[in-house]
Amino acid sequence: MDMIEEKFDAIVIGAGMSGNAAAYTLASHGLTVLQLERGEYPGSKNVQGAIMYANMLEKIIPDFRDDAPLERHLVEQRLWVMDDTSHTGIHYRSDDFNEAKPNRYTIIRAQFDKWFSRKVREAGATVLCETTVTELIRDAKGRVIGVRTDRAGGAIYADVVVLAEGVCGLLGTRAGLREMPKPQTVALAVKEMHFLPEEVIEQRFGLKGDEGCVIEAVGTTSRSMAGLGFLYTNKESISLGIGCLVSDFAAMVESPYVLLDALKSHPSIRPLIAGSEVKEYSAHLIPEGGYKAIPQLFGDGWVVVGDAAQLNNAIHREGSNLAMTSGRIAAEAIVEVKSRNGPMTKRNLALYKAMLDKSFVVKDLRKYKDMPALLHTNSCNYFTTYPRLMSQAAQNFMRVDGTPKIEKEKATTAAFIKARSRWGLVSDAVRLALAWR
Amino acid sequence: MTIAVTKSRVEDKLYQNRYLVDSGRPHIKVLPHETPSANLLALTHVCPAKCYELNDKGQVEITADGCMECGTCRILCETNGEIEWNYPRGGFGVLFKFG
Repeated sequence: MDMIEEKFDAIVIGAGMSGNAAAYTLASHGLTVLQLERGEYPGSKNVQGAIMYANMLEKIIPDFRDDAPLERHLVEQRLWVMDDTSHTGIHYRSDDFNEAKPNRYTIIRAQFDKWFSRKVREAGATVLCETTVTELIRDAKGRVIGVRTDRAGGAIYADVVVLAEGVCGLLGTRAGLREMPKPQTVALAVKEMHFLPEEVIEQRFGLKGDEGCVIEAVGTTSRSMAGLGFLYTNKESISLGIGCLVSDFAAMVESPYVLLDALKSHPSIRPLIAGSEVKEYSAHLIPEGGYKAIPQLFGDGWVVVGDAAQLNNAIHREGSNLAMTSGRIAAEAIVEVKSRNGPMTKRNLALYKAMLDKSFVVKDLRKYKDMPALLHTNSCNYFTTYPRLMSQAAQNFMRVDGTPKIEKEKATTAAFIKARSRWGLVSDAVRLALAWR
Repeated sequence: MTIAVTKSRVEDKLYQNRYLVDSGRPHIKVLPHETPSANLLALTHVCPAKCYELNDKGQVEITADGCMECGTCRILCETNGEIEWNYPRGGFGVLFKFG
């Protein structure tokens, strides 16, 4: 390989959202960049729901809408609470989302990431696929100075290494730069790609053209575990999946594919995917630890971005935008240090954290810092007891059977008190309000 | 019977996927053990590709060919030293068409 002993301004490990954002930003500021990706092509190892948020990509590639492979722009979001036979939902649909520059799109990652990577190469970075980085090289003082890969050839050196290696990144954890995620701070999600003709999807969800609809659902579908089901409309396919905390999966000894199949046969979901052809089954971990799980983000010769840094907002189901933003900000910090001829020391790279702290990424995660602990303990209440109570209350309200309304209301109130006690209800409400605040 | 049905269903799901298997170089290994820990035993159900199976001696074995490289088993069993976990060599392993 001709790059033996070559030295770059920066090496970016991984070609997902954060790695591509970092590599693009670094290269477009004129730095020499080597990006290493273990997949056959960028995207071949990457899994996401997937919803992409335009604002964060616009800050990197303002005219992305000209040629990025986008599926549908979202005009409707449905938030469901499910029990075994029903869903209670809040739906928000607005024609305001049919705007010249839509706010959110569904995407298919393998296609989107190939496009993003083309932009990275056009910006001047060298992208090397089918290359697994096996080790970070550190000097006598512990500074990260390069990487070794599984390709023939020697070490590759750089002033700074951007670890965009994903939620299960080996390099940073093995080098002791951060801890491995714990079973209670990551969710395992599985997903299937259900293909249907474009017009069938449009009819089933009341869509026209490129309009899209997404459903996110909590409830008994996660079998008392802390989890979320999702259904996203793409142009000619539906992404359907479910994820729960790894610690819950292990404690309950549940199988993710059994949950997925149960979700598919739920009476509220089944008609939406009827007649589809499944073309792929995927699985992926999602960081769920929130603010308290964010590791050390920088050190001598390195920064960590995206899922590898646990930057995921589980409450708002935002991840790729935090990844892109952290990649961009890390790159901007590196460019800033480089522009004043500063060395890539821990002290100088602290600029990355200072900039990230001021952004929505850390501000949002800090806002919800207590939510993971709340939802992940006694998850049975939030994911089974309350969904069942909500369904019973709604059905009691809707069903007309000659029972006087006053008795129906008393029965609903009694059901809530029986399930959680007066004190339990108040305490759940207060703790939720405090964690949300 | 139920187990057999479940298993065939996972295999049907995995059949849709593309893989380039690195023959003879599995990227995950279960280390020799007498009795599996609760986490290792749970993997026979929790692994989304059902790579982990219990043999007739009550030990857990892995066939990593259908692995989707999610990392769940690493999170559950690397720290206690029951498995050895690496990413496949560059280009090998699962190749998502959609992801």
